[in-house]
Amino acid sequence: MARVVVDVMLKPEILDPQGQAVQRALPRLGFEGISDVRQGKRFELEVEGPVDEAALARIHEMAETFLANTVIEDFVVKVEDEK
Amino acid sequence: MTLDTVKHAAETPDVKLPWAELGLKEDEYERVREILGRRPTGAELAMYSVMWSEHCSYKSSKVHLRQFGEKAPANDAMLVGIGENAGVVDVGQGYAVTFKVESHNHPSYVEPYQGAATGVGGIVRDIIAMGARPVAVVDPLRMGDAQHPDTKRVLPGVVAGIGGYGNCLGLPNIGGELVFDACYQGNPLVNAGAIGVMRHEDIHLAKASGPGNKVILYGARTGGDGIGGASILASETFDDSKPSKRPAVQVGDPFQEKLLIECTLEAFAEKLVVGIQDLGAAGLSCATSELASNGSGGMRVELDDVPLRDSTLTPEEILMSESQERMCAVVEPDKVARFLEICDKWDVIATVVGEVTDGDRLEIFWHGEKIVDVDPRTVAHDGPVYERPYARPSWQDALQADDANKLARPANADELREQVLKLVAAPNQAAKSWVTDQYDRFVQGNTVLAQPEDSGMIRINEETGLGVAIATDGNGRFAKLDPYKGAQLALAESYRNVAASGAKPLAVSDCLNFGSPEDPDVMWQFAEAIRGLADGCLELGTPVTGGNVSLYNQTGEAAIHPTPVVAVLGVIDDVARRTPMAFKEEGQLLYLLGETREEFGGSAWSQVIHGHLGGLPPEVDLARERLLGEILISASRDGMIDAAHDLSDGGLVQAVAESCLRGGRGARLVVPDGLDAFTFLFSESAGRAVVSVPRSEELRFTDMCGARGLPVTRIGVVDGDAVDVQGEFTLPLSELREAHEATLPGLFA
Amino acid sequence: MTARIGVVTFPGTLDDRDTQRAVRVAGAEAVPLWHKDKDLKQVDAVVLPGGFSYGDYLRAGAISRFSPVMESVIEQAKAGMPVLGICNGFQVLTETHLLPGAMLRNNHLHFICREQTLRVENAETAWTADYTAGQEIRVPLKNIDGQYTADERTLDMLEAEGRVAFRYLEGNPNGSLRDIAGITNEAGNVVGLMPHPEHAVEPLVGTGRTDGLGFFTSILKKLVNA
Repeated sequence: MARVVVDVMLKPEILDPQGQAVQRALPRLGFEGISDVRQGKRFELEVEGPVDEAALARIHEMAETFLANTVIEDFVVKVEDEK
Repeated sequence: MTLDTVKHAAETPDVKLPWAELGLKEDEYERVREILGRRPTGAELAMYSVMWSEHCSYKSSKVHLRQFGEKAPANDAMLVGIGENAGVVDVGQGYAVTFKVESHNHPSYVEPYQGAATGVGGIVRDIIAMGARPVAVVDPLRMGDAQHPDTKRVLPGVVAGIGGYGNCLGLPNIGGELVFDACYQGNPLVNAGAIGVMRHEDIHLAKASGPGNKVILYGARTGGDGIGGASILASETFDDSKPSKRPAVQVGDPFQEKLLIECTLEAFAEKLVVGIQDLGAAGLSCATSELASNGSGGMRVELDDVPLRDSTLTPEEILMSESQERMCAVVEPDKVARFLEICDKWDVIATVVGEVTDGDRLEIFWHGEKIVDVDPRTVAHDGPVYERPYARPSWQDALQADDANKLARPANADELREQVLKLVAAPNQAAKSWVTDQYDRFVQGNTVLAQPEDSGMIRINEETGLGVAIATDGNGRFAKLDPYKGAQLALAESYRNVAASGAKPLAVSDCLNFGSPEDPDVMWQFAEAIRGLADGCLELGTPVTGGNVSLYNQTGEAAIHPTPVVAVLGVIDDVARRTPMAFKEEGQLLYLLGETREEFGGSAWSQVIHGHLGGLPPEVDLARERLLGEILISASRDGMIDAAHDLSDGGLVQAVAESCLRGGRGARLVVPDGLDAFTFLFSESAGRAVVSVPRSEELRFTDMCGARGLPVTRIGVVDGDAVDVQGEFTLPLSELREAHEATLPGLFA
Repeated sequence: MTARIGVVTFPGTLDDRDTQRAVRVAGAEAVPLWHKDKDLKQVDAVVLPGGFSYGDYLRAGAISRFSPVMESVIEQAKAGMPVLGICNGFQVLTETHLLPGAMLRNNHLHFICREQTLRVENAETAWTADYTAGQEIRVPLKNIDGQYTADERTLDMLEAEGRVAFRYLEGNPNGSLRDIAGITNEAGNVVGLMPHPEHAVEPLVGTGRTDGLGFFTSILKKLVNA
């Protein structure tokens, strides 16, 4: 069993009101020195069987068509660990 | 770890159980042993402790609540009364309406978003469990001081939670209240009300009858939500290696609830359900014991069959879990397949977990062993009943002697004007649209009136125009000064609000929020408030159909103001005859109905200008309220008035300001003979309303009032773009609007 | 004769009954369509109503977009069948790429419910022919993910081709780029908007105005005269 992580983030040019709200709150809470915050989504996929090229290609396709909306979001696929 | 079976319990009478940690008193625990003739198993103890808690058993309030039944007015409209999930009233044309208000106060303070969200979820499941389609929700809220930093945490979270859950369910939010007072700082009140509509023949009850019928648990899987109590039992007594704390906060899933609504209603429509119960407080313990005790037979439950979200849960935890969005149905064996099919259509998990037996015991099995064997009535209905001591507080006389009528009044017209502006801008009197704009009021397409109107109104039949109206009110300041009158004033205001919209008040639900019942002062407030409400309902002819009691609302020794929130439900034959609150027609005449006296005790003016609470609340005259209601309804039905607004907190000037701003028209007012401008504008005498009358209807309207003995005074005319009080001051609408509408966004946006 | 207008119900759809009522008020026949069913039951047009399908989990409209009924809707829309997406339905249409752009959380992060003034910019689509270009209408708006966004090129293209169908007036309620409230595809048969015309079709309920009825009378006339 292996875990594959898909991180989905709004594209850099898209306004992220939730991230901005977090950033604005930071100084109030005493956390200084953070110039920008962007909020994203993390999907942890438990994969049955080997994470080979074919499996990764399917996951890539899944991310592109479903997990992320590529009009506004980018994504990164990472293999986390082999158990 | 040994499983604590019934057999094991009988063999090991001396095993110590953590009954005290679970909230049972020693004599209560002894009572359980006596009932069972042995010590309870862990699972049985879990059930008794949670079902005999104040929240589930009403043990402190029961003796007083009986008055709602004893003093109930004769009323043909009542189809299902107190004791079921929610009361049901007949609204005509074959329709029945169920409605109820509940509290979710403590959870909303701990986690405002989820606490408020799951409050909406719970009340809506109560409505579905009666067989009704939910059609609207309302949310009466009481928060701490508007300026306090913690209020900035609690209120936005609560509002987002109510919106996040209710909007996603597709239920219009049509009313409610928002009141700020420092007494609620550590105990905000988050009450949630819901209305449902059904045909008479569709009323369903929570009972399990017919041996062989299947018990089906459906909805969300069961997880470790809200079972702090059960984990005491699980970890400290039986298994020290377990993580000892489960989260006490429950997380709501409105999407799951929406599916639950649709699939339950579809099963009802096909007549597949014999009995039904929602899973709320006390989860499966409550659902199984109530279903079984209200039915004719017993019940056998296989706990292993309950679908779990967390496979490490112990049987005690499964019984006590308060995971949201679950329901329990009793279904005849030959209808089970179809029931499961409907659940599958809606992607709702459904599992047969037991069946109705011909015995009279509730038996629960785990891994093939019997872990519960009880008479379900002893769990669900024979809990302890307390006659808590109560006494009029020693400070009550001094509070009432501190007369608000003696407070310094505005010395001149400029001060009067300034105080009016201050009043309409004060957090309690300011516009609440910052809150209500976060709630969907349009969904379902039947909303006739919604806040800030006097009552929320929903059309229930498109062809005939039949509709229902609901209003909720409760003035804790009045109730603090005199709980008996305070409760009646809450009832009177809510009744008046419904009538002002043109609907006939029919029935009452209440949410009684008080401090600790172990404090005789609080218990006296509670006893007085119930006596007042029951007497009032009898006099107005509106029975209490059900409700909720929330006690222990206090921080340390300091209790909240006694806060009975009263919901009145009304019916209107044709929503086309409804009366809105907006003054819209230039030239229409403004009439004040009722009598104005020097009554400032507990008033908004005394709070805003002087920070004062003392004296006596306004006099209550319920015969007058009834007459006022009849006049408002007749005038609406016969087209004699185009707008009406009840007078309550803030008095006449607040009502006129609201109606003018709503309609975008000004008003020229004249102080009537025999009154000074200050009393005219700020008095909070009960039994009053202001109406806008077309000139063509003036004679007919005043004749009707005269003939029926209702005092009626012409006070001005709808005109211009300012509120002008002749000889005193002029306030342009723009200035009034800025003052009224900027407050809440300024504080919370 | 009248027209058959399908109204799709996804799990979590909220405004399906309201939309069916609006279709009936306009004089057409409302045909309920179920998300698991590919069969469009020979309807002449389809409305994807508002709500929180699948709880708006993942992204608003993202899961519904892959339902069986949408396979047929996409196919038919490409062949010219009129499709209207309201609120969550608009979100579904952008997820399918039948309409360009996407919806973000409102810039103020709150759910907002209010009466909203719109200007009808394009009165030539299948769903707007009963309005006149430049007409101002007032209908309810209610959402939390209503901020329309697209890249500059797409926005310029929409403007140049007259495909901005509705624009917010009297204050942008959610930060939508160029005040866009709704758009149309090139052919004018697929229209999506965030505000709710189906809640403004009867004088007694909702806003008390009937400004939204034109959507449904437009499509009825088009279909009956076709």
